[in-house]
Amino acid sequence: MRKANLTFHALRECNKAMQTRYAVDRFVKYLLLLSALVSIFVVFLIGLFTLREGWVAFREIGLRALLTGRVWRPGRDEFGLLAMIAGSVLVTIGAMLLGVPLALGCAVFLAEVAPPGVRAIVRPAVELLAGIPSVVYGLFGMVVLVPLVRCIPVPGNTGYGLLSASIVLAVMILPTITNIAEDAIRAVPRAYREGALALGATRWQTIVSVTLPAARSGIVAAIILGVGRALGETMAMIMVIGNSVIVPRPLNDNPLTIFLSQARTLTGNIAVEINYATGLHESAIFATGAVLFVLIMIVNSAAHILIQGKAK
Amino acid sequence: MSAHSITSRPCAERAASPLRSNLASRHLTQKVAFALLWLAGLVAVGALLAVVGYVVSHGAQVLSLDFLLTAPRGGLSGEGGVSTTIVTTFYLALLTIAIAAPLGVGAAVYLVEYADEIQGRVIRLLVGLARFGVETLAGVPSIIFGLFGYALFVAAMHFGFSLLSAGLAGACLILPLIIRATEEALRTVPRSYREGSLALGTTKWQTVWGVVLPAALPGIITSIVLSVGRVASETAVFYVTLGGSYRMPTSLLSGGRTMALHVYYLAMETRAFDKAMGTGAILILSIILINAIINYLSRRLTMRE
Repeated sequence: MRKANLTFHALRECNKAMQTRYAVDRFVKYLLLLSALVSIFVVFLIGLFTLREGWVAFREIGLRALLTGRVWRPGRDEFGLLAMIAGSVLVTIGAMLLGVPLALGCAVFLAEVAPPGVRAIVRPAVELLAGIPSVVYGLFGMVVLVPLVRCIPVPGNTGYGLLSASIVLAVMILPTITNIAEDAIRAVPRAYREGALALGATRWQTIVSVTLPAARSGIVAAIILGVGRALGETMAMIMVIGNSVIVPRPLNDNPLTIFLSQARTLTGNIAVEINYATGLHESAIFATGAVLFVLIMIVNSAAHILIQGKAK
Repeated sequence: MSAHSITSRPCAERAASPLRSNLASRHLTQKVAFALLWLAGLVAVGALLAVVGYVVSHGAQVLSLDFLLTAPRGGLSGEGGVSTTIVTTFYLALLTIAIAAPLGVGAAVYLVEYADEIQGRVIRLLVGLARFGVETLAGVPSIIFGLFGYALFVAAMHFGFSLLSAGLAGACLILPLIIRATEEALRTVPRSYREGSLALGTTKWQTVWGVVLPAALPGIITSIVLSVGRVASETAVFYVTLGGSYRMPTSLLSGGRTMALHVYYLAMETRAFDKAMGTGAILILSIILINAIINYLSRRLTMRE
């Protein structure tokens, strides 16, 4: 009798301990779920606050006037974002023209061509390029690139402008594009390459007609993510693009001189003016942020759809 | 391109000499193409060397112990050193990580260890949302985090331009970074570790806490070191939330200026390019150090496997 009682007690104690453990287990599970939800909560808050603060501008100025107005003159309550949208788009195009061939070349080089020893140098170099602060790129642009660009003999060329900004940006997006594109190229099954080589193709023919087409969607995604990164860059752009609120146009008859024109990006518009803006001006800055946010969301979702479509 | 011409050419024409010349031209194309690819690799390394070399060599002229240990002064003329900006950067990195690391690691643990065995429809929807949130957050440009931090922490919550506002905004910025890196670290822990622990009668959480997390620790530390680098090099977020005063911060609510911000102010407002180079050189050297630490950690990680 006594012995049975003791077992009973022991069992009950044991049961209690088990119950506490399971209670802790459940509690922690929900705690972790909560922390997993913080990200989406922050996304929600970002959307909420930019839209809420920008609402006055959208209502008073109107979306159409905001997006197509050429004049941004806060002193006279004129808020048109066309110049900044044009600036952001043009500098991104410039950076893509310069950066995409370079970045893809790097990716193919690292994945297919470079001997291990060279790869061991180039790979960390690309990683380090991603780690260099954007102000340092901006500083280098101001001190080295801008005086160089100023040497191009075109009247009105200050050195500050789309060309300098595009060069800086091309280097800044290189790691993004190279990393993702290299992964995509490496993910192509070895058998594809072996098949092509066995048919007598040269290594270069194999790369162009087998490997790159097979990695196409990953490469396109890399480029799109590069576009997103380029649209979002702020400090380096402020430092080298000149920040004049004008819709860029060619400085003389040659249409290419449009890249010597000064400009301002959407991101620069926010950073330069937010700290002293009030009232409608402040709201218009948040509207700038909302436009940028939507633009980036579209670009990034396109990239994610491509990557995920490939994964399935 | 010449691959097509080979297959479409009639057999009779494939005499020995055209074939050889075709092969020669294909090899020539390959040589030119590979030369261009080598050039691309060279340009990437060259760009790095140019930026790092220029900034560090010019910065070295003002670098001295004195420069590191004196505070900036003289308002617009940009005199003095960088001591307070180093301290501010350090505080800010500590603060962002103290906020973001527990949340980020928690989120990653849930997404890797718990999310896949969830049955309920509501919870599964929440998990989908959480994943979407991480992906979206990773793509949001930093100035948007700044704008958001300005609206919520600086203005609406009345924290003002302060370490606290900047730390909270910065935490949002590095959250996706920590989550992704931790997720990756957790995925490298072999399944058998978990099975072994569960077979001993532990609960899920005991397994995660006692077995999985310790095994993933090097990866988690890597993600945190990575975040330190991100905070040190970030400017846009702190430009609109930290104020920019170069005085020594005394509390969570005092403003400040990080090293990266100092580079910006020196270059754009005082045109003190030599001092900006000096500060930039310190930044670059710290980033190189951080990268070296990460490489060391990840090498140890792969060695263990």
